[in-house]
Amino acid sequence: MLLVPCPWCGPRPELEFVAAGEAHVARPSPDADPTALAEALYFRANTKGLIAERWRHLHGCGRFFNAVRHTVTDKFVMSYRPGDPAPDLARLAETLAAEAAL
Amino acid sequence: MTGPFRTPTGGRIDRTRPIAFTFDGRRYTGFQGDTLASALLAAGVKVVGRSFKYHRPRGLVSAGSDEPNALVTVIRDAGRTTPNLVANEVELREGLVAESQNRWPSLAFDVSAVNDLLSPIFVSGFYYKTFMWPKSFWSKVFEPVIRAAAGFGRAPTAADPDGYAQRFVHCDVLVAGGGPAGLAAALAAAESGARVILCDEGPEFGGSLLAEPAATIDSAPAAQWIAATLATLAAHPRVTLLTRTCAFGYYQDNFVALLERVTDHRAAPDPALPRECLWQVRAAQVVIAAGALERPLVFPDNDRPGVMLAGAARAWVNRWGVAAGARAVVYTASDSAYAAAHDLRSAGVEIVRILDLRPDGGPATAVARAAGLTVETGAGIDRVLGSTAVTGVVTARHRADGTTAAGETLACDLVLTSAGWTPSVHLFSQSRGRLRWDAARATFLPGTPHEAARSAGACNGTASLADCLDEGFAAGAAAARDAGHGAVAARRFAATGTAIDIGGFAGEAPHGGNRDRTRAFVDLQHDVTAKDIRLAVREGFRSIEHVKRYTTTGMATDQGKTSNINALAVAAAATGTSLPAVGLTTFRRPYTPVSFGAFAGASRGDLFDPVRRTPAHARATVAGAVFEDVGQWKRALCLPAPGESEGAAVAREVRSVRATVGLFDASTLGKIEVVGPDAATFLDRFYVNALAKLPVGRCRYVVATRDDGFVYDDGIVARLAPDRFHVTTTTGGAARVHALMEDFLQTEWPDLDVWATSITERWAVMAIQGPQARAVLAPLVEGLDLAPEAFPHMSVATCTVAGIPARLFRVSFTGELGFEVNVPADHGAALWDRLAARVAGHGGTLYGTEAMHVLRAEKGYVVVGQDTDGTLTPDDVGLGWAVGRAKADFVGKAGLARPDLAGPGRRQLVGLRVEDPEVVLVEGAQITADPAPPPGTHALGHVTSAYASPNLGRGIALAVVEDGRSRIGTIVHVPMPGGSIAATVVAPVFWDEEGRRLHA
Repeated sequence: MLLVPCPWCGPRPELEFVAAGEAHVARPSPDADPTALAEALYFRANTKGLIAERWRHLHGCGRFFNAVRHTVTDKFVMSYRPGDPAPDLARLAETLAAEAAL
Repeated sequence: MTGPFRTPTGGRIDRTRPIAFTFDGRRYTGFQGDTLASALLAAGVKVVGRSFKYHRPRGLVSAGSDEPNALVTVIRDAGRTTPNLVANEVELREGLVAESQNRWPSLAFDVSAVNDLLSPIFVSGFYYKTFMWPKSFWSKVFEPVIRAAAGFGRAPTAADPDGYAQRFVHCDVLVAGGGPAGLAAALAAAESGARVILCDEGPEFGGSLLAEPAATIDSAPAAQWIAATLATLAAHPRVTLLTRTCAFGYYQDNFVALLERVTDHRAAPDPALPRECLWQVRAAQVVIAAGALERPLVFPDNDRPGVMLAGAARAWVNRWGVAAGARAVVYTASDSAYAAAHDLRSAGVEIVRILDLRPDGGPATAVARAAGLTVETGAGIDRVLGSTAVTGVVTARHRADGTTAAGETLACDLVLTSAGWTPSVHLFSQSRGRLRWDAARATFLPGTPHEAARSAGACNGTASLADCLDEGFAAGAAAARDAGHGAVAARRFAATGTAIDIGGFAGEAPHGGNRDRTRAFVDLQHDVTAKDIRLAVREGFRSIEHVKRYTTTGMATDQGKTSNINALAVAAAATGTSLPAVGLTTFRRPYTPVSFGAFAGASRGDLFDPVRRTPAHARATVAGAVFEDVGQWKRALCLPAPGESEGAAVAREVRSVRATVGLFDASTLGKIEVVGPDAATFLDRFYVNALAKLPVGRCRYVVATRDDGFVYDDGIVARLAPDRFHVTTTTGGAARVHALMEDFLQTEWPDLDVWATSITERWAVMAIQGPQARAVLAPLVEGLDLAPEAFPHMSVATCTVAGIPARLFRVSFTGELGFEVNVPADHGAALWDRLAARVAGHGGTLYGTEAMHVLRAEKGYVVVGQDTDGTLTPDDVGLGWAVGRAKADFVGKAGLARPDLAGPGRRQLVGLRVEDPEVVLVEGAQITADPAPPPGTHALGHVTSAYASPNLGRGIALAVVEDGRSRIGTIVHVPMPGGSIAATVVAPVFWDEEGRRLHA
């Protein structure tokens, strides 16, 4: 069972949370063309590596937030509040690799 | 004495406390401190089980939880019957009743032992090869017979009456394993002030030291050191000591599951105690001190009762005072077995010979010879003699040229084997730590950890007692430090004890027999031999994961603890590669079997899932309601009069609502109160409907989609005040609609000042529907004029009903004049009483969900999730009028703009009319254009709702059909097993098409 870092409550067991899909996917605008609409609705990065995802601390503070998790190691790297800018995942991965090499 | 093989003295058993027990109906006596295994061995019971496939007689092999053969069923009563327990883990208690498994009629004479003679057909994959034809025989004949003949224990016949507890705990340092390394680790962590949990699967701490009374630590006998260490640990208030507790599963983020056996060892357990406790530990740091498992040598007929691990025989004699035989041959590839030979000889067992596979033996060889033991090096066992018990062995001599010759015959009743020790890396591997191959000692060891975990002691490949203690202490100190506690001064231990041989020999030992015919068992529990593995390789299986599944090696309840490395080595030899190149199969949780009860905990019976009952539930029960489950809710399906059938009740209820009036408990409807200055703006964006200008006191039927444009939920939005809305959802959709509202409020439109609060259970809701509804309700209402012009259809008001403050809606899901009275939940039953009396006074009736469904279907009102399936737009189900297309934005606007959601070929909601009024179509039935569609025909759609309509005197159906609205008046077909049914496509309204009754 994962330990999920809620930015408001701190690390809590996974069973208090629901996952809410990839983060930073802009809601389709009402006049989006079909391709952009399909991208927004149905296509996800499915990254092997770091991803930013949405979580909700449903059985806790009830709030949505974003978190960066590594899909191979299942380790959380950071979490942040909705509206905060998306982290640069490529740079984050480099930083982590450099730290791991130390 | 408790049996011919009990030593006169020695062991950790209490010889003053004899304990009576039965095994397969025979009475035996053991001592307090015995396991079932040690007591049976003391009594001279050689055969403890029959093997899985061949039904070969089997005896004890190991003294620990890795035992492959001695699986027993322990019976307290019908419900307290536990199969597949390892006899070593069954502690003797007064009155214990145990039975062997997989034999009929008895262990000594087992009918299925004929399988052993048929063994040529039970090769790898015999299921697939032997029982291929005829196909229909598989599930009816072959599989049941095979399943009955093979297998382990039987499940109990009665429900388990025991309780199971679950605990969530946090600690700084969890130490898994209470042997020397684990005890030292716990000691160091405790000294730093850390919160420590130390657990061990056995009934007492000490691990390997319990079987080695001669060992000393810091000049004291090991037993004294254990006692002093435990006293020290127990004095620390932040240390939890758990015996009989196996750390069986290591999960993400240092979440470790422990199973504590609480009552199984007690003769008369306190009924208040749980049988087992599942500890769910979140540890900042974990020290794995799981020890090592001795590996048997693989040679022909190595499964005969009396062939056992040397370390096990040593444990039985030293810890339990049981000599496993009278005359022993020792067959070893490591020094460890020599210690067993010395200890057994001291207990009076004749050591006939030590056969050492190594050409020149090891350091222990000379010591043994000096002590007068006969050791033959470069030698082994060619085959074992005897069937239900070992009677002797034929030795094998390994020549310098690599060939092997059969040697002499040695009479014996005990064969001790040791190929070496395998570090128990199960937990480390479960934690996703990477294993590394130690070429020098030919063994897998913990490598890079994935979690905050460190391994110490034998599981880390550390061999000597002093090194295990030092390493354990250092690991405990480091773990505590990493968990944020202070430094502990390093400590070195002076210790004497037997070092184990890590590594050693793996695979099938050399012998002179025909390797394609002799059976040298690798996996004793699943009856897999070395030649089975070679056959799998010959048949083309290369990946070890495939070999494992094809031969089933390592897939029994012991998960191959004693067999995996040997299996890998046999596969490596057969494929001509090295053991590390073959790789390991996955170490799966749980380490040892866990009862379902422990996982279920309190979640069984009524507590399995919450049951939600409406405030008037008891009233409906008294009224004879038949309930159905709708999600977690109990809803009245119908309310039959005494002697009335359910079908008759539904028909009566439906007629009554149309003719007079009916009362329906609608409390399960989801309800959300949406308040705030921006509430109207929010709802206008959230639902497809235009809601911004909804006047106070009015309601609107609303449809929700997600951004994809597909219908997701529906309900009523009622405006109570400019900034306050009472929103209803479907019964099943309440939670997800509220979650979606929260999502938009928190992440998409955080600028909106709105609160959405779930109020489903705050309000009881009674629907009064039918021509007499106003007459029933009006006399109870204060502060509101119910006249049609004053309170028209789709109105809402706060008022008093039967003296109770209420939110009164004029809405209808039946097509009749209707009201829904919302009162605070505590008043629900009282309101029911008043309304039920008045409804009865007007010749009306109570009605349930089935009547509600018939009534709404007669009107063509959709049920989201029944008539819709997540692929239909509002327009598809005839609700296009609800969509506020002029709005700048709403959830779903983008999706609904997709050209293919508006083009031809959409499935649309229609009605179906069958000529024969008696025919009621079947919900879910497919619809085709062709009355006799060939297989593969494209279905035009399917029936979504179908009922017998008492008001129309015929069957009615709703369906979704491609371009359905343009097919109205045409014939479609519903192919059924009894023949195709022709149906006319009609508009989906069967009753009061003009809606006059609604506005009465």
